[in-house]
Order: sequence, then structure tokens, then C-alpha cells
Amino acid sequence: MTNTAPLKDELSCLFREFIHSEYVIDDDETLKPYECDGLSMYTQLPMLVVLPETVEQVQKVLKICHEKQVPVVARGAGTGLAAGAMPHAEGVVLSLAKFNNILSIDPINRSARLQPGVRNLAISEAAKMYGLYYGPDPSSQIACTIGGNVAENSGGVHCLKYGLTVHNLLSVDLLTVEGERITIGSDGLDSCGMDLLALITGSEGLLGIVIEVQVKLLPIPETARVVMAGFGNVQQCGEAVSGIIAKGIIPGGLEMMDSYAISASEDYAKAGYPLDAAALLLCEVDGTKEEVQAHIEEVQGLFKSFGATSIRTSQSEEERALLWFGRKAAFPAVGRISPDYYCMDGTIPRSQLAYVLTEMQKMSERYDLKIANVFHAGDGNLHPLILFDANVPGEFEKAEAFGGEILELCVAVGGCITGEHGVGIEKIRQMIVQFSDEELAQFHAIKDAFDPQGTLNPGKGVPTLKRCQEYRVLQSAKERSLGSINESGAHNHV
Amino acid sequence: MSDISLELQAQVTNAIKNNQPLTIKGGGSKSFMGRETDKSLQILDVSGHSGIVNYEPVELILTARAGTPLIEIENALAENNQMLAFEPPHFSNSATLGGTLACNQSGPGRPWYGSIRDHVLGIRLINGTGKHLRFGGQVMKNVAGYDVSRLQAGAMGTLGVITEVSLKILPKPKAQVTLTWELSAADALQKMNRLAGTSKPLTAACWVNGRLYVRLSGAQSAVDATATQWKGNELEQIGDFWMQLREHSLSYFDPSLPLWRFSINSAAKLNHIDDHSIIDWGGSQRWFSGHAEKKEMQQLAIKAGGQVSLFSGGDREDVMHEPQSALKALQKNIKKSFDPAGIFNPGRVYKWM
Repeated sequence: MTNTAPLKDELSCLFREFIHSEYVIDDDETLKPYECDGLSMYTQLPMLVVLPETVEQVQKVLKICHEKQVPVVARGAGTGLAAGAMPHAEGVVLSLAKFNNILSIDPINRSARLQPGVRNLAISEAAKMYGLYYGPDPSSQIACTIGGNVAENSGGVHCLKYGLTVHNLLSVDLLTVEGERITIGSDGLDSCGMDLLALITGSEGLLGIVIEVQVKLLPIPETARVVMAGFGNVQQCGEAVSGIIAKGIIPGGLEMMDSYAISASEDYAKAGYPLDAAALLLCEVDGTKEEVQAHIEEVQGLFKSFGATSIRTSQSEEERALLWFGRKAAFPAVGRISPDYYCMDGTIPRSQLAYVLTEMQKMSERYDLKIANVFHAGDGNLHPLILFDANVPGEFEKAEAFGGEILELCVAVGGCITGEHGVGIEKIRQMIVQFSDEELAQFHAIKDAFDPQGTLNPGKGVPTLKRCQEYRVLQSAKERSLGSINESGAHNHV
Repeated sequence: MSDISLELQAQVTNAIKNNQPLTIKGGGSKSFMGRETDKSLQILDVSGHSGIVNYEPVELILTARAGTPLIEIENALAENNQMLAFEPPHFSNSATLGGTLACNQSGPGRPWYGSIRDHVLGIRLINGTGKHLRFGGQVMKNVAGYDVSRLQAGAMGTLGVITEVSLKILPKPKAQVTLTWELSAADALQKMNRLAGTSKPLTAACWVNGRLYVRLSGAQSAVDATATQWKGNELEQIGDFWMQLREHSLSYFDPSLPLWRFSINSAAKLNHIDDHSIIDWGGSQRWFSGHAEKKEMQQLAIKAGGQVSLFSGGDREDVMHEPQSALKALQKNIKKSFDPAGIFNPGRVYKWM
């Protein structure tokens, strides 16, 4: 480990020349809250945290760090679930928390200009007076910021119909690693040449620092209603999802929960979920009054024909909110019945759902860890919650291995390792399962095009090729040992 | 209907070895777009790399080789009452899926349904080191690694040879109605933006020649109720107008004149242009047919919050909106990261790339 003390002192002094002294944090006690993001099992104290208040200050920080080759980790609200904002021991955490102003809302053109630290929900709250809202709604929308949403290409429960962050952006102002400001995109919908806006979105702070965002706003639907249906088994539930799509209906939201998630949620939220169901579907239809009425009737009929054991349709806004509350509270609900839980984020083709759920159940027995499943069924995005107790030595490692195996299963059935949380540090080992060395080399070449010294969020997103070799050796060793376990039939210890 | 990716890869490898730049060609339907490049360059013909690889109507996903004609894909989708919601222009029966992505071509519904890049889920690509790579996936959501798939939209083949594309598919709307009003350009602009701010099944809005056309699509009851409420004249043969607009076969489009394409703020006014233009995409896209200085057009576009390009005709030496210098440097670096030897479509988008 290199001694960072002299550099730390030097940088603190330099930064304090143009940033308010309080907003340059260098003592361990005040640094502590920055040691992790929403994935609290991964921690690292940074060398320094800075909270600049103007774009010029951010540019200066970047310039200095670039000259001294100091790693820079951008941070919004720190709600990410893949350790993408975990600090670097020898680096600076660049907090954009002070940039929390909505710069303008254009109700005619239906767009909003935002500083990166504006909270996701605050956009819709501010746009409401114009009858508009911002589409993507990650579960963390009360706290998470638009800058972080751009960095992770965040989704939410309405993705199938309204898309991810990438579908809802007009432009992004980016500071390059040298601190130069560039505008990508415009007020118009398409730009000339390669689609840089798409490349930036979801790049996890590895290519530049988002300093301003212009998003599209959508008209608030006239009405929205939810149909909730319980099913006796997962297979039927999966078929009902396909049935809706086959009918030509694209629901605003289509969420599934398994029996363990249902009972945990019901215990907590008291939304009236059917406790006898093996699986539950929440199907929200939105649009004009006429359209919603027509589709609700079709959806109800369909659920019946696929063998739903119970059907309930929201009759008021309060009831709709209550039915959703159960789903949105699923994570804290699971948090109540287990000391800790670990949330995964794989995607699969919907047709593989029943198979994947069965396989995860087998893994759960093998690892001796319980699992609860919530699932963006409409777009094939799984969120298995692995329950564990961090105070039991070795249990987190076990949960981590279990999670890794789930992601590998997702890739094996034609899916991928992350649908909306990003890779960060958490899934960096699984990148070699989804991508070949040649593909990873192309990613590195892109990174070099933006940041040749590799100081922007180093160690995240894309594993170095040297690490890939190590991971691949470990991977094949693991596969061999798993093979032998399966052959011998022993599955209690891994 | 065959997989010729190994042959394509071999040709690319050869071109790298001999330092011999290539012109990538699919159906040739969009060769009029972009800059004119050196005609003596060797052609890499992707049209033989064709065929639908995977189509699962219930998954709403289709994967096809890049040389697959759009017509073939649209026919297959129509059998299941589904569609390419970005309504790609064809400009010729030979138009392919790969070319449509490379040129980022989307039709009248773009502001509501999204563009081709919004529907792309994954691609396969031969890069400038001759490697055949896979990015994105065949699932609705995938945020692992950089979004190389969507990056290709508009790159016009300068980053590599797209060999396969996976797309999100949508169901066809059950009902469709087009309403029209006689309006000035300025009034039409206002009305389009106002209508787009309401939660109604609006899927296209275009003003041409003193008339505003608005398309409603969705459930029959919703389309009917909105049509009654909005009180426009219902247009017969609704398919024809939007198809002619998409294919540039309306009489406005005069092939003997340069055609400018503005991508700007939907509410912006383009003085001296609007009255003589087609205002499409609810105001976000304007077509202007006529001789003009590119510099002046570019200033107008910047003032209107967007960009301009010379879509067809005119002087093909310099056709794209000129990016700011830092963005230019960045694009050069990205080009190099995919194509270090500079063999793919040199000069097709910009002279300097």
C-alpha cells in the first residue's frame, strides 16, 4: 500500500483554495459515511471527499486530479446497488450533492434541464403542475439522483412501456477527465453521427462526469388501474404474462412476486395480497379512460383463463397505491424477516422463467440460504433477494457465491448479468461469463478513448484483462468442483 | 438466407492486412445519405448475410442478420400482428436492417414510439481488428458493459460491420385514425405541441402545405373518443399519407433540390423556413427543400436548440452538423478504438473521420 498522506495533504490544501473548507473532507470520521453506496457490504474509505458547488470548481478538481493521476469516483445519492460509487483508497470522491437545482422546465417542449444531484422523484413533483412527469421510476426514486440514473441507465417498474433512462434523455453535459465541458445531444431527438448519448448512459462514471441533464417529460396518463391476480403455481403465472403480451397489450407495469415475497410483503404492508398463492401478478394498465376500461376487461378475462385463483382490480387511486405499496415495500419487508439480504439483478427471456425459478430454488437448498423473488415480469428482469446474516462468519461470502451463480444461470439461458443496477464492483467477476476477452478488449479501448490514464472510477464496470485471466481460471475450477458435487449428489456444503 | 459472417470476417482481415479501406454496402438504398466517398474503394457486400435468426412473438424480440431486407422482417411481423414501431423508411425494396441501424432511420411515429436505436437490444459486429463481437443481448434490459449497440445508430458503418441486430418488437395498434386541419405553419406548431402534452393516443403529427395531419393509434374506444373530442376532419386512406411522408414520395420532396433535415426543439420557430417546410415529428423534425448555405442553416439550427444535416442532394462534401471541437476529438478517439487502421467507410460521416 502506498503512503497517501503527503498527497492527501497537498490535495486538501489545493482544493481548499477554491472550495469551501467544510466541503473538503479529509478526516476519517466525516469520511466514514462515504465508504459505501447502497451495497453496504462493500466498503472502502476514500483519501478525500469534495463537495464542490459550481461547475468551475468541479472542472478544477478534475484538472488537478488529472494532472496528478488521482482516481476520481463520482457520487450522487449513493443509492446504487452494485458498489459503483464505492470509493478508491487512493482517490477522491466527487460528490455532486450540491448540484440539486432544477434549472428549467419547458412545458411546451415537454423537457426539463437538471443539475445532476436532482432527485428522480423531484422531477415528477416539479413537472406535475404542467400535467407532466418523468418516466423512469427506480425503487429508490425518493433518494436517487438523475446523475446517478444516467450513470447506471436506471429502470423501474414501468420500463416495458416507457423505457429506461436512455430512452428518456435529450442531452447530457459531460465533463471530460481533463475537466472540459461537452454537450452530447440537443433539444432535438436525433443527433448527427454515432450515438454518444447512448454510450454515455450506463457508463458508470468511467467515461466522464455528468454535470447537466436534459430529460423528456411525458403527459401524466388520464387514468391508471391495477389488476392483481394470484396463481396456484409459477408456470401458470408465467403463461399469463405471455398471454397479455400475445393479446397486444403493453401494460404500464407488470410485476411478479413468489410466495415467500408475497407473505413477507403482506406481513409488512397489509395490502391484501393472497397468502395462499404460489405467485402473484400486478398488472397496471394506463392511458385514456376508454383504453384502460377496454384493457382491464381483457386482462381480467385472460387471468381467469390462465387459472388465476384470485383476481382483484383497483377501484380507486387509494387502492391502486395500496396494491403497489406491497410490491414497492418488498425489499424492506424482506429486511424485517432477515438480518440482511442481497438483491440481485439478472435478466432472462420470459420463456425461461419457470425453469430459472426452479433452479434458483435448488441453489437455495444447496447453499442453505432462503430466497425471495420479485420480478419485473414484463421485461424479464429478476430481482432475487438472498437472505443471510452478516454476523454469521462466512455467510455473506456464501450469499455472494449464490448470487454469482444466479447471474451465471441468467447468461446460460440467454439473458444477462444486470438489467438496471449496473456492474460496479459487484458483478465484475461475472463480466467474463457474459463477454469474451475480445469484447472486453473493445470496452477497454472505448475507455481509453475517453480516459487513457484510467483515473475515472478505476476498478469498476469492466475487469482488466489480467483480472479476466484470473477469474477464468477460478471459474473453470469452480465449474469442475460443482460438477463433482452434482455427481456425488451432496449439496449441503459449498 | 445464409450466414456468411466468416467470409465477411475474412474480407475484413484481408483489408486490415493490406491496409485497404472498405465501403460497407447492404441494399444500397441509403447510398445517397452521408458524404460521398471514394468510389474506387473495395466494396464489402453485407446483403448476402441475410435471414431472420430468431423471432419470438411472445417475447417481443426479433433477431436478424444485418443484410435481411426490411420487407422480409415486416412481413414476418405482420403475420403476428406486430410491427417495427420505429416505422423505418425504406427508400427502396432493397433496404436492410443493418443499414437502417447504421443510418439511424426512423419514421413519423418517432417521438412517441421511439427511434431504431431505442428498439435495439443487441448487435454483433466485426470490428477493425477483425474480431466478431457480440454486445447487448436478446432481452429487454441489459446494462452490462458500454452500450456499443446503440452507439452504432448514425455511425454509418464507420465503427465496424454490423452483422446481426436484435430488436424490441411491438404489437400493431388495433385502430388508427388520421385527423386534419387547415392551419398556418405557426398555428400548427402550437397545436402539435399542445396536443402532445395531453395523454391521448397520439402517434404522429405533421404539417405540410397548409394542412396539419395528426394520427391516433391504439384501442378502438380510445381512438374514437379522442377523434370525437379533437374534432378534426377524418382523412380517408390514412395509410397512404404517412407512408408517402416516410418514403419522401409526397410531392413536396423534389429530388432535383437539396433536402435539409433539422432536428430541433419541437416548439422552435425557423423564420423564413417554416412556411416552406414540412414540420414533422410534432415539430422536432423539419424538412426543407431548397438551395441554402450550410453555415447559415447550421446557425438557424443552433438557435433552434438542435442540429441540421444535408439529407440528400446538393454538395455532398460537407453534409453533417459540425460538432464542437472537443466532441470532434472524442469521436476520432472512439473511431480509433473500433477501427485503428481506419478501414471502415472512411469519410462517410465527416471528412475528418
